[in-house]
This record gives sequence, structure tokens and C-alpha cells, in this order.
Amino acid sequence: MKTYESNEYDVIVVGAGHAGVEAALASARMGEKTLLLTINLDMVAFMPCNPSVGGPAKGTVVREIDALGGEMGKNIDATYIQMRMLNTGKGPAVRALRAQADKWQYHERMKDTIENEPNLTLRQAVADELIVEDGVCKGLITNTGAKYYAKSVVLTTGTAARGKIIIGELAYSSGPNNSLPSVKLPENLEKLGFKLRRFKTGTPPRVDGNTIDYSKTQEEPGDKEPRHFSYTSKDSDYLEDQMSCYMTYTNTVTHDIIRANLDRAPMFSGVIKGVGPRYCPSIEDKVVRFADKDRHQIFLEPEGRHTKEIYVGDFSTSMPEEVQLKMLHSVAGLEKAELMRPGYAIEYDVIEPWQLKHTLETKNIKHLFTAGQMNGTSGYEEAAGQGLIAGINAALSAQNKPGFTLQRDEAYIGVLIDDLVTKGTNEPYRLLTSRAEYRLLLRHDNADLRLTEKGHELGLISEDRYKEFQDKKQAISQAMEAIKKVTIHPTDEVQEYLASVKQDRLNTGVSGADFLKRPRVTFDAVEKLSGETLATDRYVKEQVEIALKYEGYIKKEKTLVDRLHRLESKKIPVDIDYNAIPSLATEARQKFEKIRPESIAQAERISGVNPADLAILTAYIQQGRIAKVKNK
Amino acid sequence: MLYPSLFFVVVEWALFLLRLFYVGEKMAQVLTQFDTIAAISTPIGEGGISIVRLSGEDAVAIANKLFKGADLTKVPSHTIHYGHIVDPKTKDVVDETMVSVLRAPKTFTREDMVEINCHGGMIVTNDILQLLLANGARMADPGEFTKRAFMNGRIDLTQAESVMDIVRAKTDKSRQVAMTQLAGGLLDKIRTMRQELLDTMAHEEVNIDYPEYDMDDLTSQEMKKKAEEVSKQIDQLLKTAQEGKIIRNGLATAIVGRPNVGKSSLLNYLTQDDKAIVTDIAGTTRDTLEEYVSVKGVPLKLIDTAGIHHTEDKVEKIGVERSKKAIAEADLVLLLLDASQDLTDEDKNLLNLTANKKRIIILNKQDLGTKISQEMIREITDNPIIVTSILKQENMDALENAIEQLFFSGIENSQNQILVTNQRQAGLLAKAKQSLEDVVNGIDDAMPLDLVQIDLKNAWDTLGEITGESAPDELITQLFSQFCLGK
Repeated sequence: MKTYESNEYDVIVVGAGHAGVEAALASARMGEKTLLLTINLDMVAFMPCNPSVGGPAKGTVVREIDALGGEMGKNIDATYIQMRMLNTGKGPAVRALRAQADKWQYHERMKDTIENEPNLTLRQAVADELIVEDGVCKGLITNTGAKYYAKSVVLTTGTAARGKIIIGELAYSSGPNNSLPSVKLPENLEKLGFKLRRFKTGTPPRVDGNTIDYSKTQEEPGDKEPRHFSYTSKDSDYLEDQMSCYMTYTNTVTHDIIRANLDRAPMFSGVIKGVGPRYCPSIEDKVVRFADKDRHQIFLEPEGRHTKEIYVGDFSTSMPEEVQLKMLHSVAGLEKAELMRPGYAIEYDVIEPWQLKHTLETKNIKHLFTAGQMNGTSGYEEAAGQGLIAGINAALSAQNKPGFTLQRDEAYIGVLIDDLVTKGTNEPYRLLTSRAEYRLLLRHDNADLRLTEKGHELGLISEDRYKEFQDKKQAISQAMEAIKKVTIHPTDEVQEYLASVKQDRLNTGVSGADFLKRPRVTFDAVEKLSGETLATDRYVKEQVEIALKYEGYIKKEKTLVDRLHRLESKKIPVDIDYNAIPSLATEARQKFEKIRPESIAQAERISGVNPADLAILTAYIQQGRIAKVKNK
Repeated sequence: MLYPSLFFVVVEWALFLLRLFYVGEKMAQVLTQFDTIAAISTPIGEGGISIVRLSGEDAVAIANKLFKGADLTKVPSHTIHYGHIVDPKTKDVVDETMVSVLRAPKTFTREDMVEINCHGGMIVTNDILQLLLANGARMADPGEFTKRAFMNGRIDLTQAESVMDIVRAKTDKSRQVAMTQLAGGLLDKIRTMRQELLDTMAHEEVNIDYPEYDMDDLTSQEMKKKAEEVSKQIDQLLKTAQEGKIIRNGLATAIVGRPNVGKSSLLNYLTQDDKAIVTDIAGTTRDTLEEYVSVKGVPLKLIDTAGIHHTEDKVEKIGVERSKKAIAEADLVLLLLDASQDLTDEDKNLLNLTANKKRIIILNKQDLGTKISQEMIREITDNPIIVTSILKQENMDALENAIEQLFFSGIENSQNQILVTNQRQAGLLAKAKQSLEDVVNGIDDAMPLDLVQIDLKNAWDTLGEITGESAPDELITQLFSQFCLGK
């Protein structure tokens, strides 16, 4: 291909999925001239799999993205068809929002946002080759021969890198949803020395909603109480006319069909070589692994308001189409369902994420960043969170400024990226609340308090929004002061209330704060019983209530965080030679060499590293420093 | 140029030491990781041969400075050499020795090691140690060889602790207990408890991360029950901690009684050693301070055995003071009374002094007459009473059984008994138990389970500290193997 010199940019982002769009928007909003390339303009921010955003941990990531000035929260708030709060019966640490998206509207609104963003150019092209000089990425060349120069490049190839779709005996080269795959770029990455591996994921069939017998299923409607992903969304905009999802089950007939056809299942016949996720197995995988279960849940989710396509959730499969049909028709409610798209498995290349720094810059090539599914994750939210961080850092590196990272105690995004670069991953990585050591600190409700300041410093939060945030913070501390000062007296009304929440009677007056600490007592009750208004905003009340009620647990987690910070402050020299440390165990030596941890805290999190290795490493670093001083 | 750089060295070291305060014991060990340590590794005062051990980079070089014989720096690894230890300064021969050279990594500590087998008694052995210290070795901290073995990844923490206990084990019973631990007895027990907690945690986590699935919710009562169950298991282990300590150190036992009541005879019976002269004249015995014996597998550390024979010294006061001291130190008192004579004021005094101790009252010399009967003593105390003639070895089984019963009562005395035998393990077990109590309190306070889970996880982590094992993502792995989840 004859190349031609095209334009110069500050930042180029390859791929316009959920990672790419956040990266490009962040970079452009930070003032960098940004180019966003996509293989297919009609698939900007497309959801090739489930039509939903959020859920435990993931929903919190969306809130974090929003607090840092990202787009995902606003985009879903503008295009959802159903909103639900999950885990309402549990503690504040694990409550989570989830929205069903209109996936076409979601795509359109995001594309519109990008098109209207100053500094940002959106273009359809396939990136084939990186321009790398002396270990620094300088730009890239497209399949149409355009040569673009840039100060930083962000790659977000998703599942397109040497993508291969598999349906039973059928297999063909393809990106997600039958788009063009990216073939030359992964080859180029290998040539540049990157270690890639194959992962596998899959998606279930879609059926025609007109052919479903919903009477045999269970309806799952959305919430009445208004809730939003973005801190900027207003209750008045909350959608009243929501669409429902429906639940049904597989049965022994379905399972028999699957078992009878296992020899045609690519997962079991050896056709699929990529590693699939444990938490997102295909239905055939579930039937084999959990043979004693005689039914599995299936969720029927609308793909949008203006389509009849229904996503058959939890029914991911790569069986031949013929078998898929039989399987579907064995399920209650789907007996006569018309298949619109078959489910498929897709294999794709990922970059082993230990080749990345916490900024998501590659260790070997400067000014080159990678984000999203190509880093070994799964899920739109995980991709978007990384995209945002990669975009921010690409912009900062274009400006020759130090990188931006989030710690494990600051954000789920921090947990996600640290897990990736420290532990790597052997399967598509999904965020879970249990991956966070300090999840009581990383709540859905306090993402703004954790991150707005940082977003503002980066220039991604407007002054108006920042002012509102400051007002909220002030209102919280005022309400906290006020509730400590107000007294609840042992009146008949108070005793009656206590009885209603199964609490012991009050003997003397107590402060509103102490009263609120009692189980099941609410902030509103304190206001009512004291006759004083302590706060007006429900989100302010929520913060005070959580801080007081769960004070003891929050304290416990903060103690752990203190230890983390001490170890985090023990930095490992970037040029350390692990071969020079005599007593390190071989496994630890190899892992340190590969991952090159930045601090003792990170070294501690590497699997296979025992306390002895860590102690030796620490001692060596200390001795090395002393030795260096001696040599001066 | 010299002074500024020295200044920096000093500052760096000061900073380094300051940092150590923050990272605690683990790193304090590291500070001394690379120097060479020495210690006498056989119990003081026991055995005809003592071993002085060295470990570290300079172990061979340091030993070689004192050794007259083969050049130890040139001999092959894992060989033993005959020669003399000579004081390099005075050229005096200190002892005739056999010296083993063991080079890293196939040694106990995975460092270079030297073992000096010497023939002398305590004084000579100590002289050799002092010479090593004067020539570049550092006195090892208690258990530091084992710590190094652990630090070098040689054994896990439970095993390391058991090795220490093996070294100190005084009786067959101790050795069995230590062996069980080394083979993983405690390890298995803790692993089982951790697994139970892990299953519970995974059950709660799956409800959190997959709320849309119709998996049975873990109820707060289920979690509470599990916390209480494991807490109870920890309790049982902690109860054995008391016994474990005894097994490692020997049960401090005082033999008391007025002069000529048969203390020496009892001592001799217990030590099965007829070298001591047993006569009607008190005060004729060897001058040792303590003696280790095993009675039905219960290790006894007999304290102030010299004092037993000194009580009829010219100055009676000293004898009484000495008895009082021994009683104060004792875990168990064997109080002897002369059954053939009336209860004296001194007898009564000793009965009073030992009233709050675990004790066994021995009515000796019953073959010579019964002025004091079992019934008379029974009126004063509930303690076991043994009527015997020690000299004629009558009814000694009853005494041994009483000793055994007293300290293993309520504990199954099977050979598989898992005992917690050191303070660190006991401390961590107590900490884990506290966390489990927090779980129960949290549930009683109607706290959400995902918060109570913080304490459950703490208990699980703390139990993991006992074995020194850590497996990242244990919980996540459990989650996916236990539950069927998917999209």
C-alpha cells in the first residue's frame, strides 16, 4: 500500500467502542487535538452483547467515570429503557444501579456527542501499523495508506484483533457483530515485541419479541424511585415509561439437547482454543460443569425501544444454529420463538496486561497506551474505565506531564487496573465487589466525593459542576455538625418510634447522631422526632447516615488503607536488577522481572510471592540505597 | 569528600531504622538477614556432646579462623572433619571437635552452615560460642535459624514453629505433638476452618455480585451460626494452648514438704536415677537446679531440686524461703506429708502456702503407721490424695495417674491431639476469635451482611497468617467453583 502523509494530532485513539470513546473524549476535553479511528462508524459505542450498563462493582465504575468527567453515565441516563437499584436489601457498600439500554440510541447519542466535541475528529479506518522510533510511538498507518503522526496513541481493539466468530462447525474471521476484524495491527504488535494471547467470549441468540409467549415468564419491571448514573442528571428527567425484562428457565429437555450435541459444541470439540471467562460461561458450559442443576435462569431483555429483537440473557452459546433452535424452543415462553441472530463465540487477541504501567502506557514503547477488552477485561464498564484513564494519560503524556493513576482505595477503576498490571489475567477479567479490599470506602454513593476533585484538576469537570460539588460537601459537613448537636428526648413519640423499629426504650436524651447509630433508625426519623431540618438533599442525608451508622466498619477499612499507603510509599527503583538479589526464590525473581512492580505494596500483591521474597526485596532496596550513597 | 558521604550513610541508616518501626517484626528480621549467626543448639547442661551452629555467608570463614585441622574453606560440602578449636589470640586449644561444613542451598537455613560438635561441658561450649562471636558471628536470636529457614522459603511458618518446638521437646509426648504439627496437623485444622469461612463468604459474595440470580440468600442466622461454630473450634485449640505451652517447656513442678519427709526419694523415683544418695540425713543430693522428667507423657520440669535437700540446712529460714520461691514458680505442687507422724505446724504452713496451686498431696511412709489418714486431709482439701510408701514404691501408679489426669482432664489424650504450642499461634487464634465475635455482634446489631463480612474476612485472613500461606483470589476462585453464574 502506497502511503501518504495525513494530518498530525496530539492523540490518536484506535477503536470507538466503550474504551475508545472515553479515551478520545477525555483527551479532546483536556485540550488535545484528537483523532478517533473506528473500523465501522455505525458501531461507535456499540453493545455487541447484553443491552445493559451497570450492576455490582460495574455500576460503581460508571459513577466513577462520571465523577472524573467521563461520558458513560450521562449517555446511559439519556438512553435507558429501564433502571433498577440492585442489592437494596444489603449494605451501602454493595448497592448498585443497573440500566437496560436502548443499544441503538446509546450508540447514536454517543456518536453525536463525539461529533459535537471540539478538538475531536471521528473517522472510519483500520489501523494497520504503528510508527515507532527508538522505543517511542510516533503515530500510525491505516489500511488506506494514511500516515498519521501523534504525540500519543491509544489502542482499543476490543474483540476485533484477529477476531474469529464460531458457530458450531462454522468459523470465520470477523470482529464483533460481523464487523471487519483487525488483522495487521496485532501482527505489528507482535513484531514490536508484545506478548499476545487468545481469549474467548460469546453472546447468546436474539429472538423476535413478537414470537415470545410472555405469559409463561416472570416480569421484571424497573424502579419507580428515580435514580441516575450521572451526578448531573435530574430527578425530573427520570423515565416513567420503562420497559420490562422477563425471566424464564431452561429445563431438563434443554439440558438433554445440549448433552446430546456436545460433540458439535466448539467449546468441547477443541475448535475453540481461547480461554473463556469462568463467570460468563456458555449455557453448554454450565450444563456440563453444574450437571446436578436441573434448570438455569434466562433473562429476556429488549435491545431497544424501536426494535423487536430480544436478547436471551444467560443463554450464551456457540452451538450450531440447528441445535440453538432446538435449545431455544425447549424453553418455556420460547417454544415458538423466531431466531433473529444466532449466538456465537468469538476468539480474539489480547495483550498480556503485565506489559502495562498503571497509566496503561506500555512498558516497552513510550507514548503508546492500550485499554479495554484488548487488555484482557470483559464488560463495557471495565472498558470505559480503562479508556478514560488511558485517554487522560495519553493527553498528559502529549503535554509532557506526569501520569494519572488511581489507587485501590480510591476507585474500582484503580482496583481493576492494578489487578491487570500486577496479576495479569488468565481469563477475561470481570470486576466484582469482592475484588476490592476496601469496598465500604468504594461506594456507589460516594464516587463524586472520592473523585470529583481529581476530575476537576484534570480539567474534565466544569466550574459550575465543581461549585455544586463543593456545595454538597459543605452541606454534608453542616448536616453532620447539626445532627450531633440536636437532642432526642425520651418522649412518648420517641419511645413509640423505637418500639416500631424493635429498639430498646430511651432512658435519657441522646444526640441525634447517637440516636441514628441505632439499628434501623433513619435520618428522616431524627429530623421528625427532633422537629428540626438538618439537611434538604436526600444524597446529603444518605452520606451522613452511612458515615454515622457504619462508622466502626469504615474505621476498620481505613486502618487497612493506612497499611497500604505505607507499603505503597516504599518505591522500587525502576532500574533494579533482580538477578543481583541473591536469596530471592526463582519464581519470585521471574515474576518481579516480568511485572517490575513500582512499590513494595504492588510487589506484595503479585501471586506466588511469599513474605520471605518481599522481606528480601525490601532489605535489598534499602541496602542498595545505602550502597549507592557509599559509592558517591 | 569523606565526611559528607559518611553523613549520608548515617542519615540513610537512621531513616532505615525509622522505617523499620513501621513495618514491624518481619522487616526487623530482614535487617540482619545477611550476617552470620551463631548459637549453641543443644540444650544447656544436657548430654555429653554439644553442638554450636553457624549460619550465614561467612559461616565457613569464621569457623575456619578457629579450626586447626583441614582448611574448611576448601573442603567439599556436607563433610565432617576432625580437628581442634584453638583460640586464635592465645593459641590455646579449647576443645577437640568434629566440624561439619554444609554449604547453601541444601541446608536447614538455605545458607552456608557449620556445625561444631564439641565434647566439653557447658563452659567449653560457651567458650567456643564466645570465640565465634569475637570472630565475626552474631549471637542468634531465639529461633533465628528457623526464621531464616522460613525467610529463605524453606518451610512454612507453622512448620518452622514446630521445628523450634521439636528442638526443645523434652519428652516423647512433646515430640509427638511437634511431629503432628510438622506433618500438618494444625495446618489441616486451620485449613478446614478457613475453608468453612471461605464457603460462607463466597455464598454472601455471590448474592452481592449476582443479585439477579435466584440463589438462596445467606441468612444472617446462617452466618452467625458459622461464626459461632468456628469460634468454638478456635476455643478448643486455645484451650490446648495452655497444655501446649506446658508440653514445650515442661510443667514446672515443685516437690515440697518438711525435712526428711521423702522428697529426695520422690525425686529419685521420678528421675529413675539411683545415683543420688538417699539416707535418713537430709541434704545429701546433687547440686542441680532443675531436672526434666516424663510422667505418663506429661513433661515435668522439677524446679529447685537442690533445694529439696537443703531444707534441713543449719539456717532453717533459708529452706522455707526457698520452698516459697519454688511454690510461687510452680504449675504443680507435689506436697509430701509423713503419714506416720502427726501433722506439724510446718505441714500446716505448707498446706496453706500451696492451697491455691494445682497440687497432689502425698501421704508418704504409710508403711510406718497412719497418724494422718486420707480422711483427715480430705476434710481440708479436694485435691487428689495419694497414700504411698515411696521407698517401697507402693501405689506409685496412682501418683502418676493423678499427675496425668490433672493436666489432661477434659482433653482427649489421643496421639493425634492437635495442640497449639506457641504464643504466636495462640495470639493469632485469639485475634481470629475476636473477629468472629465481631461478626456475631454485628449480626445482633442488624448490620448488613456485606459489612459483617469485613470481620469474617479478617478472621479468615488472620487464620491464614498462622500458616503463613497466602493465596490471592482464593475467594474469587471459590465463587466460581461453588456457583453457576453466567450471562
